[in-house]
Amino acid sequence: MIPFLWDLLETAVETLRDVLPIVSILAVFQLFVLRRPLPDPVRLLGGIACVMAGLVLFLMGLEQAVFPLGKSMAAQLTSPEVLGTVGKPDDAVIDPRGYWWVYLFAFAIGFSTTIAEPALIAVAIKAEELSGGAVGAWGLRIAVAIGVAFGISLGAYRIVIGAPLHYFIAVGYVVVVVQTLFAPKLIVPLAYDSGGVTTSTVTVPLVAALGLGLAEAIPGRSPLVDGFGLIAFASLFPMITVMTYAQASEWRAARHARARSARPPASEEDPT
Amino acid sequence: MRTFVCRGGLLDTVTWLQALFRFVSGSARDLTPIVLVIALFQLLVLRQPLPELGSVLFGLLLVLLGLSFFVRGLDLGLFPLGESMAHAFARKGSLVWLLVFSFALGFSTTVAEPALIAIAEEASEIVAQAGGIADTEDSREGYAIGLRLTVAAAVGVALVMGVFRILMGWPIHLVIAGGYVIVVAMTAFAPKEIIGIAYDSGGVTTSTITVPLVTALGVGLASSIEGRNPVVDGFGLIAFASLTPIIFVLGYGMLR
Repeated sequence: MIPFLWDLLETAVETLRDVLPIVSILAVFQLFVLRRPLPDPVRLLGGIACVMAGLVLFLMGLEQAVFPLGKSMAAQLTSPEVLGTVGKPDDAVIDPRGYWWVYLFAFAIGFSTTIAEPALIAVAIKAEELSGGAVGAWGLRIAVAIGVAFGISLGAYRIVIGAPLHYFIAVGYVVVVVQTLFAPKLIVPLAYDSGGVTTSTVTVPLVAALGLGLAEAIPGRSPLVDGFGLIAFASLFPMITVMTYAQASEWRAARHARARSARPPASEEDPT
Repeated sequence: MRTFVCRGGLLDTVTWLQALFRFVSGSARDLTPIVLVIALFQLLVLRQPLPELGSVLFGLLLVLLGLSFFVRGLDLGLFPLGESMAHAFARKGSLVWLLVFSFALGFSTTVAEPALIAIAEEASEIVAQAGGIADTEDSREGYAIGLRLTVAAAVGVALVMGVFRILMGWPIHLVIAGGYVIVVAMTAFAPKEIIGIAYDSGGVTTSTITVPLVTALGVGLASSIEGRNPVVDGFGLIAFASLTPIIFVLGYGMLR
C-alpha cells in the first residue's frame, strides 16, 4: 500500500506540472488581454481538481492495465501455438502469412474502437448537418473505422516483415494528394481532420503497446526501429477512405441524376 | 462535442454526481469495444487465461474513473472558458493577439494531453533500452519532457499556420501537400530511430483536450469572417496539428 501511495503522490506532482500551462494561459489571456473576469472561479477550481485527479488515475491505470494488455496480446498472438509452428525451427515463424490472427486482431481493435468513438460521432453528425446531407453520418463513421482498421492491420504487417515505415507512409501521402485533386472540395478538410480525430485517448496507448509488443516478440525486430508507426498508419488511412467514400457517393449521386433526367448534373461539383 | 450542461455548480451534489455518472458510462462505452475484442480473442483464439487478470481489471477500473473525472473536470471549467475565449479572440480583430493566443492554446493543451504523456514516457523507455540515451531516471524523464515540449511547440505553430490560412483563405491541400514534401525530405536525413516516434507523434497529439478547443477556434473564426464556409475553412486545423509534430520531432531527432 505504501509504494502505491508514493506513486500516487509522485504522479500527482507531475500532473500539476502538466495541467498548469493550460490553466495559467487561459487565466492570463482572459484577465489581461480580453480583460474579463473569470466566470465562476470556484467551479473552475473544482474542475481543475477533477482534471488532475482524473489524469493521475488514468495514467496509473494505463501503466497497470492498458500497456501490459497490449503487450501480452502481442506476445500471445505470436506464440508458436497460435502460429501453428510448434516443434518447427525458429525461422519458420518469419513467414508473414502465418501472422493472420495478429492482422485480424489489429483490424478488430481499430474498427470497434473507432466506430464507438464519441469525438467521431460528434464530428460526423456535424458534417452531415453542415453539408446538407451530402455526407452521411453513418457512411462517414464506417469509412473512418475501415480506414483505421485497415491502417493498423497494414502497420502490423509492416512490423512483421520489418520494412521501413517511411516507404509506406510516403506512398500513402501520394495517394492522399492525388485523391485530393479529384475529391469534392467540401470533404477535403473533413477528411484531413478525420485522421487526427479518431485516435482516442485509450486506443492510442493500446495500439502503441501492441506495436511495441509485436516488435519485441517477432525475431529480428527492434522495438525502437520497428515498434512505432501503428498510430501513423491509423491516422493516414482514414483520410484515404473518407475521400474514397465522398467520391463514391458523389459518383452515385451523379449517376442517379443522369438516370432520372437527360439533363447533365450541372451543380455537382463545388457546392461552395 | 459535449452535450451535458450542469448549471448547479459544485454545491448541487446530486446533479454533479449524475453528470459524473454519465461521464463514467461514456468512458465505459470507450472501453467496451476494447474489452470485448480482447475477451473474444482470449476465449476463441488464444484459449488461455490472461496473465494477471486481477491487476488488469483493477487498472481498467482506474482508467475508467480517471477518464471520467478528467472529462468531467474539463467540462466544469476549462472547456467553457476556452471555447468562449476562442470565439472572443476570433471576433476581436487583433491579428497579433489572435496568433499569440492560437500558439498558446495549441502548446498548453498539448502539454496536458494524456495520450501524449503516456507515449512520451514509453518512448523514452524504449530509447533508453536501445542505448540511445543513458538508462537513468533523469535522462529518461528529460527525453520524455523534451519530446512533449517539441510536440507542443509544433501544435502551437500548427495552429498559428492554420489560423493564418483561414484568414488568407488559402486552399488547405496545397499547404498540407507542402508539409508532406518536407516530411519525406527530412525522413531521408533523420536518424532511423526517431522516424517511428516522429510519425506516431502526429496522431497522438490531437485527442481529448486539443480537439474540442481547436475545433471551437477554427469554426468560430470561419463563421466570424464573411465569405467563409465553416465546413471548408473551419475544419482543417487538426490536420495541421497532426502534420507539424512529425516535422518538429524529426528535427528534434536530428539535432540531439
